[in-house]
Amino acid sequence: MSANGLTSSQTVGPFFFPCLLREDACRSVLVLPETVGERIRIEGRVFDGDGIPVPDAMVEIWQANAHGRYNHPLDQGPAALDPSFMGFGRCGTDDDGYYWFETIKPGAVPFGDGRLQAPHICVSVFARGLLNHVVTRLYFADEPANADDPVLHYVPVDRQATLLAQRESGSESIVYRFDIVLQGEGETVFFNL
Amino acid sequence: MSNTTIGSIIRGDREVFPPYLYEAYQSTRRRAPTLPLIDVPLTLTELTGPGPVISSVSPEDADLTRNAGTGGEAIGQRIIVTGRVLDDHGRAIPNTLLEIWQANAAGRYLHKRDQWPGPLDPNFLGIGRCLTNAEGVYRFLTIRPGAYPWKNHPNAWRPAHIHFSVFGPFTLSRLVTQMYFPDDPLHALDPIMQSVPTEEARKRLIATYDHNLTEPEWALGYHWDIIVRGPNGTPFESAEVGQ
Repeated sequence: MSANGLTSSQTVGPFFFPCLLREDACRSVLVLPETVGERIRIEGRVFDGDGIPVPDAMVEIWQANAHGRYNHPLDQGPAALDPSFMGFGRCGTDDDGYYWFETIKPGAVPFGDGRLQAPHICVSVFARGLLNHVVTRLYFADEPANADDPVLHYVPVDRQATLLAQRESGSESIVYRFDIVLQGEGETVFFNL
Repeated sequence: MSNTTIGSIIRGDREVFPPYLYEAYQSTRRRAPTLPLIDVPLTLTELTGPGPVISSVSPEDADLTRNAGTGGEAIGQRIIVTGRVLDDHGRAIPNTLLEIWQANAAGRYLHKRDQWPGPLDPNFLGIGRCLTNAEGVYRFLTIRPGAYPWKNHPNAWRPAHIHFSVFGPFTLSRLVTQMYFPDDPLHALDPIMQSVPTEEARKRLIATYDHNLTEPEWALGYHWDIIVRGPNGTPFESAEVGQ
């Protein structure tokens, strides 16, 4: 019954940009020059059930550093902290539904039973019309460790592709594409967390 | 709203959290996920989360009556909104970031998409933030927001409310919600508030007028605690579950 005391969720509404995305609250760039790790750019669009881009969403990400360590007191693992990497990102979508982050590819983090999880990023989406935010994970499509990832195995095989960010070709920098479909064809897998 | 279509896809406790699809709130219709959410074990990813994500929070940020930087004061009924951020075991959550935004006293947001003919207030931005102290206490000084019209249905008005964004200690505890004011006849007419499934959970979104918080010759006091999710059970307890 402990959950009965919880405060409920309400939509972020249409008017959050001046507050949650004011200049010093945006976090599209997660890296500093000294941050350890392989630089990657993540970009994508948020779509609604009609395939129309969502221009008033906010995407937040949370990830481990390049060694596979979260910058959080509960992660007491042996991997090294990187003082120049906090691991939190926040970006609003633009008029075409685009969001982007410049970050590093996270290392593998423990699952808790001796196994490792494949590199992944926790992704949350907030928007007008979402009475509760949605939570999912971004995995890297070209990562061999996905095959043994203990969490990905909970996702029906025919829906796993919605969690795989695809490496874009033809760019000098490393770009992964991760579209988020809130509803309908290709609906992104969201977690009951 | 009693006969609105209510979806079955809900994240978290069904006695507390709204469904993604609540048709009376029209914007949910094409944005609500329709496929079942996937239950997954809690891992370090969910049991960690960002700490104070903005390093430059100043005391002035919590005073919405003056933080427009104009030197002038916002028009409206001055109010104090304060309370604690706790987890569902009653533990205080210190040093966590709260961000709030609201309409002005006339019910107008300073936003390009809010164009109804309520007057703007040059001395009011309607945004604020603060960190909880060691006891989990937050405190804002602001003005009471007005109700405002929206286009969800004919003659639709949102009850006066303040939006709150809260982090808490984990990915699991992240919460965006709205605080309402007591004795507002618009509550029963508002599909966003009514999307919360139980009377008890709706009541917890309503602040309490507290005369002990009211400061003489200055401001009315409202109390509102925010209870966020902590980890349910032992970390990794479900990690042994197989495929």
